[in-house]
Amino acid sequence: MAPYQPSQTELDRRKIVGINAETVTDVSSTDYPGHYPGEDQSWDKYKFEDNFSVKIYKNEPMESSFSLIGIDAAVANAFRRIMIAEIPSLAIETVFVNNNTSIIQDEVLSARLGLVPFKGSKQGLLEFLKWNDSEGEERNDVDHNTVLLELKIKCTRNEAAAKGETDPLKAYHNAHVYAKDIVFKPYGRQRNYFSGEDVIRPTNPDILIAKLRPGQEIDVEMHAIKGVGSDHAKYSPVATASYRLLPTISILKPILGKDAEKFARCFPKGVIGLETVTKKEAAKKGSGYEGHEGEKKAVVKDAMKDTVSRECLRHEEFEGKVKLGRVRDHFIFSVESVGQWDSDELFLESVKILKGKCEVLKKSLTNMVR
Amino acid sequence: MSREAYQVPTAVPTPGRDSFQTGLSVEGPAINYLCGDCNAKVPLKRGDPIRCKECGHRVLYKERTKRMVQFEAR
Repeated sequence: MAPYQPSQTELDRRKIVGINAETVTDVSSTDYPGHYPGEDQSWDKYKFEDNFSVKIYKNEPMESSFSLIGIDAAVANAFRRIMIAEIPSLAIETVFVNNNTSIIQDEVLSARLGLVPFKGSKQGLLEFLKWNDSEGEERNDVDHNTVLLELKIKCTRNEAAAKGETDPLKAYHNAHVYAKDIVFKPYGRQRNYFSGEDVIRPTNPDILIAKLRPGQEIDVEMHAIKGVGSDHAKYSPVATASYRLLPTISILKPILGKDAEKFARCFPKGVIGLETVTKKEAAKKGSGYEGHEGEKKAVVKDAMKDTVSRECLRHEEFEGKVKLGRVRDHFIFSVESVGQWDSDELFLESVKILKGKCEVLKKSLTNMVR
Repeated sequence: MSREAYQVPTAVPTPGRDSFQTGLSVEGPAINYLCGDCNAKVPLKRGDPIRCKECGHRVLYKERTKRMVQFEAR
């Protein structure tokens, strides 16, 4: 018996998560074998290839936004989690305090330094730098797993400042310690990778680390290593990596005139547009437009911009005229890089890591069967 | 003689600041302290009165250790 093939409208309907004033319906996906009797819902690579698509809205070094359409939530969420917790990046791990007479305590200063994000030569950071726990090689040879950084700064009075100057930045030298004061000390082979443009430096030079007053000084050495976000958030290469489902707005019955304007105001700008009812529409019987030629009607312009505030569901006049929802397999990702990686590389790297995990699983599966 | 009669105290110095002066005066190295008022460096030897030489302030602070201290940046 050939499996029953549901219509496209039925398939589209199944993809929608219903959003009501106070409840959400049809949250979980149903496209797995055995859910609909007589239907073939088995996963198929070619079917997936046909249905899957990627749309890119924004691709800048620090921020990207794109859609994955036709993918299961489990996989989309795996990408998000890998971007946050499993892509390596460089951060300060140990701080050696020689002197710190500032009011900020050693342990607080260390924690602050650890959170400063760094960038440098991509080749050096990705290929040359190894994990710090890599043993086996000569242990004295640490240039491939540890980056030495230094912060030596002393606050002094600025003799050239005007008398009675109250601004500490003018009255003293080095009143503020910024991330840009951290100096990279290349060691061994590191010079080949991290020099000139590619030197290891903070991605944001203006992070305020501490404030000093004359006579106070900070003299610390730092060891930065490669780590992953699952160990500590300072190693996470993304500021945010998140997704949301594409909102849908369906206007079931015409919304006209003053109501249309109010309806548009229920949504963020650009979601709902106003159009005039044409003669043709007004002539059509049962469309709801009869006798309303020339009036304004509300149309959905760009549902993606909607924040799904559900404001329109609070007003009586729209009751039964609008249905809100979200597309269950349309994930709008937003990835914001911290600076070491480009934001598009981050997603590609997460795909690479998930692929690697699958290969490991496949290998263990064959071992299990043996 | 009554048992409650007054007994002359034996000359044992009371413990405290003064005991430094009367006790065995072993000359130690001068240690730098910082005045709590004027932040001047005050080198003090054993037995010296705890007092800033510049301003006479009686609160002195120990200097920070010269040793390196290691921290985890977490």
